[in-house]
Amino acid sequence: MPEPLKTLTSKVLVLSQANIDTDQIIPARFLTTTESRGLGAKAFYDWRYEADGSAKPEAVLNRIDPTEHRILLAGDNFGCGSSREHAPWALHDYGFRAVISTSIADIFTSNALKNGFLPVVVDQATWDDLAAHPDQPVTIDLEAQEVRRGNHGPVAFAVEPFARQCLLDGVDTLGWLQKSMPAIEAFERAAQERATAPEPA
Amino acid sequence: MQQPRTLFDKVWDRHVVVPETADTPGVIYIDLHLVHEVTSPQAFTEIESRGLKTRRPDRTFATLDHSTPTLPAGLNGLKPYVTPEAEAQVHRLEANCARHGISLAGWDSDDRGVVHVMGPELGLTQPGMTVVCGDSHTATHGAFGALAFGIGTSEVAHVLATQCLIQRKSRAMRVTVDGVLSPGVSGKDVALAVIAELGFGGGTGFVIEYAGGAVRSLDMEGRMTLCNMSIEAGARAGMIAPDEKTVAWLKGRRHVPSGEAFERAAVDWLTLATDPGAVFDAELVIDGGAIRPMATWGTTPDAGSPIGSRVPEPKSDSDRKALAYMGFEAGQTTTTQAVDVVFIGSCTNGRLPDLRAAADVLRGRKVKPGVRMLVVPGSEAVRRDAEAEGLHTVFTEAGAEWRIPGCSMCIAMNGDFVLPGQLAVSTSNRNFEGRQGKGARTILASPATAAASAIAGVLTDPRVYLTEAVDA
Repeated sequence: MPEPLKTLTSKVLVLSQANIDTDQIIPARFLTTTESRGLGAKAFYDWRYEADGSAKPEAVLNRIDPTEHRILLAGDNFGCGSSREHAPWALHDYGFRAVISTSIADIFTSNALKNGFLPVVVDQATWDDLAAHPDQPVTIDLEAQEVRRGNHGPVAFAVEPFARQCLLDGVDTLGWLQKSMPAIEAFERAAQERATAPEPA
Repeated sequence: MQQPRTLFDKVWDRHVVVPETADTPGVIYIDLHLVHEVTSPQAFTEIESRGLKTRRPDRTFATLDHSTPTLPAGLNGLKPYVTPEAEAQVHRLEANCARHGISLAGWDSDDRGVVHVMGPELGLTQPGMTVVCGDSHTATHGAFGALAFGIGTSEVAHVLATQCLIQRKSRAMRVTVDGVLSPGVSGKDVALAVIAELGFGGGTGFVIEYAGGAVRSLDMEGRMTLCNMSIEAGARAGMIAPDEKTVAWLKGRRHVPSGEAFERAAVDWLTLATDPGAVFDAELVIDGGAIRPMATWGTTPDAGSPIGSRVPEPKSDSDRKALAYMGFEAGQTTTTQAVDVVFIGSCTNGRLPDLRAAADVLRGRKVKPGVRMLVVPGSEAVRRDAEAEGLHTVFTEAGAEWRIPGCSMCIAMNGDFVLPGQLAVSTSNRNFEGRQGKGARTILASPATAAASAIAGVLTDPRVYLTEAVDA
C-alpha cells in the first residue's frame, strides 16, 4: 500500500528532453528481476553509466543528491513506450516522488499513481517558468491541486479525483476493487445466462 | 432510438460492471488476460501476500517470450539463457501458473509464441472481447474488434484477483485510411505513416478506430501490425471493426466456438461495427494511395518518412539529439549508411505473411556480406508453417539465421542484441535509444524493406527487388 502523499516541496531536476521513454527510465535488460524494490540503482542506467559500468561524470543524475531532488521536470510526452511498472518503481526508489511535464503517457500515469508517484501536467508557460528557476523549491500541493514556485503561482493542475483520493489517503486500489465483488459475480452470472439462453424465435 | 455508437462504445458498454461517476472510475470486466514472464511475477507475489487466488484461471493464458533464448538447447541440454536471472524469471512463471491452475504455453508446448502472436492464433482473441496483458503492444488484438490494451503490473494483480480493472473511458479517435495501397506497401508502412501524421504523443488519451478502404484491404496480419503500433502514437488501444475477413480468419481456431455457436457468434461480431453517424472526439483522414514504403530516421517511432526522402531540419534540441544519436544529417537521405543488422520478427511483424513478404524479396538472392540477418518467427505455429513452405530455407540459403520464437532483438533482453553503434533495420516497433541494445541505432521498417536492405547492405525500398526479375 503506498504511503499517503499530500504535499511535496523540493528542488526540481530538469531533464528537458522530450519523449523520455520507459526504456530510458529503466532499460529492458534489467527487467529480468522478479522484485519491485531496489530498482533505483537502475534508473536512467544508460544515461548514468558507460558500457563498462563506470559512472559518467557529466551525467546530471550522478551529480545530484537524490534526497534533495524529489521532483522531476521533464520534457513533453514523458513515460511513453512500454507499460513496464518498473519505470515508476525505479524512479521512486531513486528518490523521486513526482514528475512535472507538459504531457505524460497514459500507462505511465496509471502505473505511477498506484505507487505513490505523482504525475503533474502543466502548460508550457508554467513549465518554462519552473525550468528557468531550477534551484528554487517547488511545492506540489495535491490537496489543493496546485503547483507553486516560492511565492509564485499557484498554478492549478488536473488529477483524476479517485487517484487523488487514493494518494491522499494511501488507499489500496486492489482492496477497493474487491469491494465490487458482488457486482462482478452478478455480471458473470448475467453473462452466463445470456450465453446459455435459447435463441429468440 | 438509441444514439449511434462507435465500435469502442459497443465493446465498452458490454463490459461495464460498475459505471463510472464524477468521483470514481468504473469497474470493467476483462474477458481475456494474457500473461508473460516479465511483468507478472510481482503481481503473483502481490495477490499471494493477500491470500488471494487467480479468480478466473480459465480466462488467463500465459506464454514465455521476452526473456527466452531464441537458440535451441546446446548439446548439454541446457537452454542458453542470457543470465541466471532470466532463467529464474521463466521458472517463476512456470511455478506461478502451476500453482494458480493457469494454462502456460511453455517450452514443451507447440503453442508457445510471442504473446500477441499466440493469442489470436489460438482463437483466444475474439471480436467484442476485452483483452489485457502487461505489455503495451496488447493493442494488437484490436484488429479483431476487441478492446485490447496494455496494463502495468499492479493492474495485472487486479485482473488476476478480480477479473476486472478500475478504468475511466478513453476518448475515441477515428483514423481513416482511404484509397488503394500500392504494391509493396504493407500494414507496417501504413502504421508508420499514421504515427508520423499523429505524432508520438498524438494519440495519448484516445482509443483509435482504424477505418477506410486501405485498412479493410489489409489481411488480418496486416491489421494486427497496424493496431499493434497504436501505442507508438500514445494510444492505448487500436481497433478495427470485424468483417467477413475477420470471421473467416477465426473459423476453426481452437478456442473459437464451432458449428451453430460459431454462426451465432459471427452474426453478433458483425453488429459491432460503428453505427453511421456515430461521433468521434477526433478524426484523421489519410490518403492510403499516397503511402510509400516507410522507414524511421530518428529515435521515436513518429520520426518516419518514405524511404529515400530527406531527413527534415531539426525543430528542437530533442530532434538534434536524435539525429546525433542516429548519425544522420538533416537534408540527407538515410539510404547510404551501411546497415550492420537486419531483424525480422516481433509481435509487430513476426507472422507468416510477414515472413513470406521477406522471403519473396530474398528468394534467390544473398544477404550482403558483413550484414547479420536474424529471422525469428513469432510463434511455434508460425515456425511450423514457415518451415512447411520452405521459407526457412530461403532465409538460411540467403545467409540469414533462422531462430526459435521469442521477442528477441525487439526488446533485446534475452541475449539477442545489436552492438553499440551498429545500424539495424528492424521490423519491430521501437527505435528508442538503446532499445535493441546499448548504443544500438534502429531504423523501423516493413519485412519486405528489411529483406531488401539485407541484400543491398543499405536501407532500400523493397519495390526495387519486387519488380526486378531474379536470375535464379
